[in-house]
Amino acid sequence: MHSLFDPASPQARAVASLWWWMAGVGGVIWLGVAALAVYAAVRGRGTRAADDLMHIPAESHRRIEHVVTAGVVITVLILAGFLTYDFSVGRLLAQHPQRALTIDVTGHQWWWEVLYEDPDPSKRIGTANEIHVPVGEPVQFKLRAADVIHSYWAPNLNGKRDLIPGYVSTLWFKADTAGVYRGQCAEFCGLQHAGMAFYIIAEPKVKFAAWLAAGSTPPDPPTDPALRYGMRVFMSSGCAVCHSIGGTDARATVGPDLTHLKSRSSIAAGMLSNTRANLTRWIENPAAIKPGVRMPAVPFSPADREALVSYLETLK
Amino acid sequence: MMSASKRSAVRCVVLVLTSCVALACEREDRRLNSQQPRAPSQFVSQVSLQPGPTIVSDTVEGPYDDDAYRTTEGQVLFEQMNCSGCHANGGGGMGPALMDDEWIYGSRPDQIFASIAEGRSNGMPTWKYRLNDQQIWELVAYVRSLSGLTPKGARPSREDHMMVKPAPSQTPNAKPKNSGLPGAAIRP
Repeated sequence: MHSLFDPASPQARAVASLWWWMAGVGGVIWLGVAALAVYAAVRGRGTRAADDLMHIPAESHRRIEHVVTAGVVITVLILAGFLTYDFSVGRLLAQHPQRALTIDVTGHQWWWEVLYEDPDPSKRIGTANEIHVPVGEPVQFKLRAADVIHSYWAPNLNGKRDLIPGYVSTLWFKADTAGVYRGQCAEFCGLQHAGMAFYIIAEPKVKFAAWLAAGSTPPDPPTDPALRYGMRVFMSSGCAVCHSIGGTDARATVGPDLTHLKSRSSIAAGMLSNTRANLTRWIENPAAIKPGVRMPAVPFSPADREALVSYLETLK
Repeated sequence: MMSASKRSAVRCVVLVLTSCVALACEREDRRLNSQQPRAPSQFVSQVSLQPGPTIVSDTVEGPYDDDAYRTTEGQVLFEQMNCSGCHANGGGGMGPALMDDEWIYGSRPDQIFASIAEGRSNGMPTWKYRLNDQQIWELVAYVRSLSGLTPKGARPSREDHMMVKPAPSQTPNAKPKNSGLPGAAIRP
């Protein structure tokens, strides 16, 4: 699921085959060197090194010179070969396509903000920690950091790219196998660095288009009185200060967008599966699950919390 | 030409029609002595028109004054809650400066807590329904660190923005002050 050896895009495949070649050739050389070292140790047993080195016959000298020269030449050739190979892979990864689906990804302590760009502002979709992409189409990420340096790393689809505050770095890939691929922050970014995961969901074009269309339609406000009460709890407490829900007054951008919270499979940046019980547990005390997390424990009465969770469960 | 009798008949009709308009007049009913309407049962937190009231305090130390981590968490909140929108990184703009030694409502921890939690006149919002107490204390620690009111070792050593003065950790130590308001505005 989160592996360099299971590539799902031409880009990741190029990186994986470079890795296999380097590991293979490097392994063979290492074995050869180890074997020679053992051979030399066995062969030279009992002789005194100092005497030998003082009296090396002239033809042995020449032979040693040949061996050293050959060693240097072979080393340089192999390294130059890998350098060329590495450059060609780097070139492949750096050649961004002219037209690609562009997704803004911003790293926060400790979650991923995702925004699908569109010239029509009503079709710009904000989500978090889960990135849907179409299979067979180039996708370009614009990577930013909101606070400290983070690093995007989803090895099944492409390599690693740092997210640097005040700078936009880019990365692209074309997924060719549908699936769910895990990604992870790969640059230490504070207490919950390890708890900052994301998922890339590569799906067929039709399914992706349907997801995108559903994403730009905010959920209907609830009509049931209990759910309306839950919505009021959300809007009148601390929730709406940080989170946004499309179609409501909550428009803050400090925390993840919750417009389609229940369309996501996990909460808390991949830490918990998105079930009602987990959501309740998370709201009750986020720091018990992710110590250091910026989301505070809001002191709700149990009834208010229940109503709030019931409302959040409707955000499909 | 109209005959004299016809003319007077027309006059008569016009007069009757005009007086019909007068019938539509009704005197506005001013209920001068009726019961006054009650205020709605739900209240929101209010701020006064004039600066004050403030609280008299002799508290010297906030709970997070010597906690560098909590102070920087306050710094993060200061940014996230858009305090800079009015206080401009502590330098002041639409809202008063926070890095100088002028304090309308006093610089002691509980006085600043009250200003954040309850809000103040001229635009400071009420935060107590939006932030929990811990977050407000974090903000208190950060705000106080800006003018050197917290222990030097716990103050942030770096700002992410252009600042008009050195970082809080480089600010000379300061003494807490009570309100700068005239005595009449201070109520216990």
